[in-house]
Amino acid sequence: MSKTRRLSSAFLGLPYIFWAAAFIVIPLIMVVWYGLTDENGAFTFANVAAIADPAHSKALLMALLLSFLATVVCFLLAYPLCMFLVELQKGSDSFLTMLLIVPMWMNFLLRTYAWQSILEKTGIINTALTALGFAPLRMINTNGAIILGMVYNFLPFMVLPIYNALEKIDKNVINAARDLGADGRITFLRVIFPLSLPGVISGVTMVFIPALTTFVVSSLLGGGKILLIGNVIEQEFMVAYDWNLGSGLSLVLLIFIIINVVISAVTEKGEEAKA
Amino acid sequence: MKKKTVFSICLPLLAAGLTAYLAAGCGKSSREREDAPDNDSNRLYVYNWGEYIDPEVIGLFEEETGYKVVYDVFETNEIMYPKVAADPSQYDVLCPSDYMIAKMAGEGLLAELDMDAMPEAKTNIGEQFWRMSEDFDPGNLYSVPYTWGTVGILYDSERVDEEITSWDVLWDEKYNDEILMQDSVRDLFAVALKKLGYSLNTTDLNELEEAKNLLIEQKPLVQAYVVDEVRDKMIAGESKIGVIYSGEAEYTREENESLSYCIPKEGTNVWVDAWVVTKDSRHKKAAYDWINFMCRPDIALMNFEYIYYSTPNIGAMELMDEETLSNEVLFPDVGKYDLEAYRYLGTDAERLYYNLWKEIKSA
Repeated sequence: MSKTRRLSSAFLGLPYIFWAAAFIVIPLIMVVWYGLTDENGAFTFANVAAIADPAHSKALLMALLLSFLATVVCFLLAYPLCMFLVELQKGSDSFLTMLLIVPMWMNFLLRTYAWQSILEKTGIINTALTALGFAPLRMINTNGAIILGMVYNFLPFMVLPIYNALEKIDKNVINAARDLGADGRITFLRVIFPLSLPGVISGVTMVFIPALTTFVVSSLLGGGKILLIGNVIEQEFMVAYDWNLGSGLSLVLLIFIIINVVISAVTEKGEEAKA
Repeated sequence: MKKKTVFSICLPLLAAGLTAYLAAGCGKSSREREDAPDNDSNRLYVYNWGEYIDPEVIGLFEEETGYKVVYDVFETNEIMYPKVAADPSQYDVLCPSDYMIAKMAGEGLLAELDMDAMPEAKTNIGEQFWRMSEDFDPGNLYSVPYTWGTVGILYDSERVDEEITSWDVLWDEKYNDEILMQDSVRDLFAVALKKLGYSLNTTDLNELEEAKNLLIEQKPLVQAYVVDEVRDKMIAGESKIGVIYSGEAEYTREENESLSYCIPKEGTNVWVDAWVVTKDSRHKKAAYDWINFMCRPDIALMNFEYIYYSTPNIGAMELMDEETLSNEVLFPDVGKYDLEAYRYLGTDAERLYYNLWKEIKSA
């Protein structure tokens, strides 16, 4: 009985296993293969070591800096919002959650293009400012514009896991803390926040990684003036046709992704162990 | 080397729409087409720039010849090349730019053309354009010119109170945050190299370093490095000065009358987009018929009026009115300027240009 059940459930997973093999595992193997060989197919570490090239390391540091700042801003916006959402009665919070999710149904590129026309010199904000007699602001094609684009596009990925974590916290735990004399601040610091940490970490991962690797946001809102590591890799493939170097630099990024995934896996395990 | 796409995201839609239109077939002509057997031997696979042909022309060609055209579009030479290189038999006719033609011919991807199979090309393409093409296609073996143009400066004459004649203006601090540069390796370097008085095909490391330093020095003044968006941003008044292709310039002037185009006195790039046939094409006869058809004066005129890029077709020019022909943006006096076509410089030089470009972009 249990054997047939296991067999049939393996059967259910089959379509996805094929999917994952064809579109995730094989491409990843190809990236590793290209990244560790030169154009003649001989093994080399040069494509990965090329991250030390000033142009590349600068682009990587820039990407780390901007995606770090975007993640911090996302967290600062998302956490209070989630606490607010959890406090609300059921019913009205689903409306707010909808407001957060609906923009995600629109195409990512279109949303980013829309920011162009908001931030431009002749854009909505500056037209309004000038009409009111203020000096126009220089917003588009700056680091700030890129961070804004990252925050806007990736904020829902921070909100949803934090919201889930906060919602799962047993109200009795909070009441118990209060009964035992903890004030609001202590309850938050010692009870609520630690319990929501897995959500925070998965939110941070889900914002930081796409922000770190983006090339669309930086090229649309940065005017091509700010080179992130994602742009370098994209251009190695699309402009220079250097798949080896492009893959090698991707492997460097992969290291950051793995570090992130390991951190969130470890914390989750820790939480489970505690529970 | 141009691209009339407003947003690259529209391209797949356009391609899909066109395919759907051809597949669904509407109107009388396509009903006739349905009668013709549609099998691979009857098809012609065309790969062209987006919005680079009057769509009616494709229908006319199918009607007259009975071929079924499968039409795909690309946005840049760099996007087209890997697709074709990966499987050179999937397309029959392409329309790459000069340097890309040289590169593809050098790699043996292109077929030597049988000019006798295309009498309209021989008669209608002007002598000076065959000569211009020799820069990238010596002996005119592989390509038949389709469009051409220059790279120059577009400026808003109402907000720029001087007549622009030189590349120097792009380094003038009073235009801080008002300058748009091209976001492609060769086009960016061409500006600096010409300003310095060097060839835009140079492979001399010192000259290129000098150009690189000049471009890094310019970067703080640049509002953005863009490609398609130059035309939209100039029309909207987002910026006062932009480096642009002449064909785009002509279009922007229709939308915003205060825009002027100038070919800088130091000289510039002249580009040619030309029809080529892939070496592994399975439909060479149809490919020749296509190129021949495109060179017919009436068809060349239809395309000219639709895409508004300079045509090398003398037969079509004879059908134009005086006013169009006197338009200096579209038909400049080529003898007056130092015009250079891009040559393919080889992989090492390409890599060098690209690495220096990265230094500019990450500066």
